[in-house]
Amino acid sequence: MQKIIKFTVVLFFILILLVFYNSLNRGTNYSTDYLVGNKLTSISLKNFENNKTLTNNDLKKNSYTLINFWASWCAPCRIEHVNLMKLSKEENLKILGVNFKDKTINASKFLDDLGNPYDYLTKDTDGKQSISFGIYGIPESILINDELIVLKKFIGPINDQDLNVIKEIINSS
Amino acid sequence: MRLKIIYIIFFFNLNLSIYSNEPSFESTIHKNLRCLVCQGQSIADSNSDFALTLKMVVKDLIEQGKTEDEIYNFLSDKYGDWILYKPKLNVENFLLWFLPYLILLIGGLIILYIIRKKGKKT
Repeated sequence: MQKIIKFTVVLFFILILLVFYNSLNRGTNYSTDYLVGNKLTSISLKNFENNKTLTNNDLKKNSYTLINFWASWCAPCRIEHVNLMKLSKEENLKILGVNFKDKTINASKFLDDLGNPYDYLTKDTDGKQSISFGIYGIPESILINDELIVLKKFIGPINDQDLNVIKEIINSS
Repeated sequence: MRLKIIYIIFFFNLNLSIYSNEPSFESTIHKNLRCLVCQGQSIADSNSDFALTLKMVVKDLIEQGKTEDEIYNFLSDKYGDWILYKPKLNVENFLLWFLPYLILLIGGLIILYIIRKKGKKT
């Protein structure tokens, strides 16, 4: 019996060490990257200029869609805009812009000044729709295919490396 | 008559205190949802932009008649179990749920063994 007790105590300490080791090696920054592979359902976004609503069926027509959440007040959005303009030239890709908690006049000026890379432009005035996409800050972008399955998530501005990743994915098939 | 008045005051105060201490359905949900952009705060404790938006979404879902579990399922689908302070039981976290009971059981057995052993000696 004493052997069993010793064995249990040793096993318990090994377990604690394993838990500590695992926790210390885990990344501390929250990321929704692991939600890649999920299917987007019930998309309902209001058009930027009129009261029409963009739904799942509108996006199913495209081979690939990049959903980009942006705002004129967001400084990193300005940085990534150059790369979005580059991506807008890709034939296999449509870009859906979701203007997040922004004023229409400021958003329009932003696009007039820097160019409009978006094939679809929608707005999420109160930010509630963005919760359905698992967004917790902007800029964030989600690359989906024609089945609306998330292929990649980009938290923060799309940089040159992300640009290449997107090009690689959309030109792979 | 005086006794009746005392009774009425007593029960009136008791009712008030019961209602004032009881957290609302909405605030119970808020307390179990992590503010992802804050440091260790629930959305109930936070006034961040993300927390305020999430509170609006929770309110909408309640108005749509969703249950507490349905709201948690909806949000964990979007943000993962990390958004829940009390995550659902699954393969990854079953140890977290059952380890304390297991340790209690093993500890109890060890104590029982030691007591019996001492009892036999005496």
